[in-house]
Amino acid sequence: MVRFIKRFYTFLIFLFLYAPIVVLIIFSFNSSKSRGSWDGFTLNWYVEMFQDRQIMSALYVTLAIAVLSSIIATIIGTAAAIGIYNMNRLNKGIVMNLTYLPVLNADIVTGISLMLLLIFLKLQLGFTSLLLAHITFNIPYVILSVMPKLKQLNKHLYEAALDLGASPMYALRNIIIPEIKPGIITGLLLAFTLSIDDFVISFFTTGSGVANLSITIYSMARRGINPKINALSTIMFLSVLFLLIIVNKRMDNSKEGDN
Amino acid sequence: MKLKWISYPYIIWMVIFILLPIFLILFYSVTYSTNEGIGFTLEYFQRFFEPIYINVLWRSLKLALTSTGVCLLMGYPMAMILAGKDIKKRNVMVLLFVIPMWMNFLLRTYAWMTLLERNGILNSFLGLLGLSHMDFLYNEGAVILGMVYNFLPFMVLPIYSVLIKIDKSLIEAAGDLGANVPTIFRKVIFPLSLPGVLSGITMVFMPAVTTFVIPRLLGGGQFTLIGNLIEQQFLFVGDWGFGSAVSVIMLLLILISMGIMGKYEKEQEGGGLW
Repeated sequence: MVRFIKRFYTFLIFLFLYAPIVVLIIFSFNSSKSRGSWDGFTLNWYVEMFQDRQIMSALYVTLAIAVLSSIIATIIGTAAAIGIYNMNRLNKGIVMNLTYLPVLNADIVTGISLMLLLIFLKLQLGFTSLLLAHITFNIPYVILSVMPKLKQLNKHLYEAALDLGASPMYALRNIIIPEIKPGIITGLLLAFTLSIDDFVISFFTTGSGVANLSITIYSMARRGINPKINALSTIMFLSVLFLLIIVNKRMDNSKEGDN
Repeated sequence: MKLKWISYPYIIWMVIFILLPIFLILFYSVTYSTNEGIGFTLEYFQRFFEPIYINVLWRSLKLALTSTGVCLLMGYPMAMILAGKDIKKRNVMVLLFVIPMWMNFLLRTYAWMTLLERNGILNSFLGLLGLSHMDFLYNEGAVILGMVYNFLPFMVLPIYSVLIKIDKSLIEAAGDLGANVPTIFRKVIFPLSLPGVLSGITMVFMPAVTTFVIPRLLGGGQFTLIGNLIEQQFLFVGDWGFGSAVSVIMLLLILISMGIMGKYEKEQEGGGLW
């Protein structure tokens, strides 16, 4: 009996979490444009999606911003984490608290404050400003992913390398970086996903003509969302899922290889 | 290690893109500008304490607290079920909680409109059962549903990660000493899971109190929450001073709650996602 209740409860929770996603995917195959009725199966939206200029440009902006901002944030953030780790206690405390600020702060306050900054600096709002904003909110997540790995690092490893004649840069590249690599990769992936999904901060820091997918969806929401967007998100969702399965498989294989 | 210098690019970035913007918001919230120049004022903060705006704050807190409560009630049993599974099943199920977050959150919220609207799927279903149509959308319930839907994983995962670390022998010991199942839960499991519950509450309450998209879509724009107030001031009214003052109040609110939570977390081991 308890087992049944547990299963039923789990089922209900997952139904709640997945119902909207299933609806979204089903409606990407609906031949009617309205979301109210089902008029038959079609793959048209998947074809038309590639011919829609607005959607393709939004996809391009989203991916370009996500790739660039996550790579730049990972480089700056990893370097920052190593530097901060070697600071004295007081400085470390100050810098880390300031780093936490954008993570804890409300997106809307971060967005508005960055908008004020961009206007203050007289930067034109557009692709560059959007990129700067995304790098800014991504860096703290990279630092927070790399920091725990640095704390696990054996302190004497670096010193031993120097004693054996390695230059600081050589030791950094060949000793420290390989050791903290898992943290760096986690940070990179986290930054990439956050960037792809962001709406609020992008909404306030972009200019006319430059819109990512979230902004495009938001502006469409009042007129009714085009099924082409459903089609595109279905493809993106399935590719993430596919990637994940591959990564999992590879990890399983390498674990078996170790044994 | 003498590698401090490699963090300098970030320090510079931090000063420009984190410190300076906060300073600008503070600056706009306490100054007014006329043709003669810039002057100091506390008028914007005073205005926030007018009944209309205090009501907005009150409503935001109420909706966010309700959603946090619902998330806790729904999420705690789920976290316990998850923690009771064996490792392999557990990892798959945790993944199942994370996967929905990869679908654009605006789209997921929008999909709820398809489900809930007047001619939507849920109402057609009710029609089939011979029940009359109901208005699910554009009320407080819909806004709470949207918040619970979007933030539930942030409640389940921290509680789960604390629950799996609880020493099983403590529970067995309590049983051996004659405690029944509800007593074990009340006296052993729940107190030990508190750090997770606290991080869960923070991780749900914070985004819930500041969201402006969920009330806009599911509340149909008739529910002005504090996030909507800020957006309006900057994008439609153009009153940057007042908008900044509200942002500063929101920032203070967040810092105060973090302070309270931080105090608790120092006493016990934290159960965050990291």
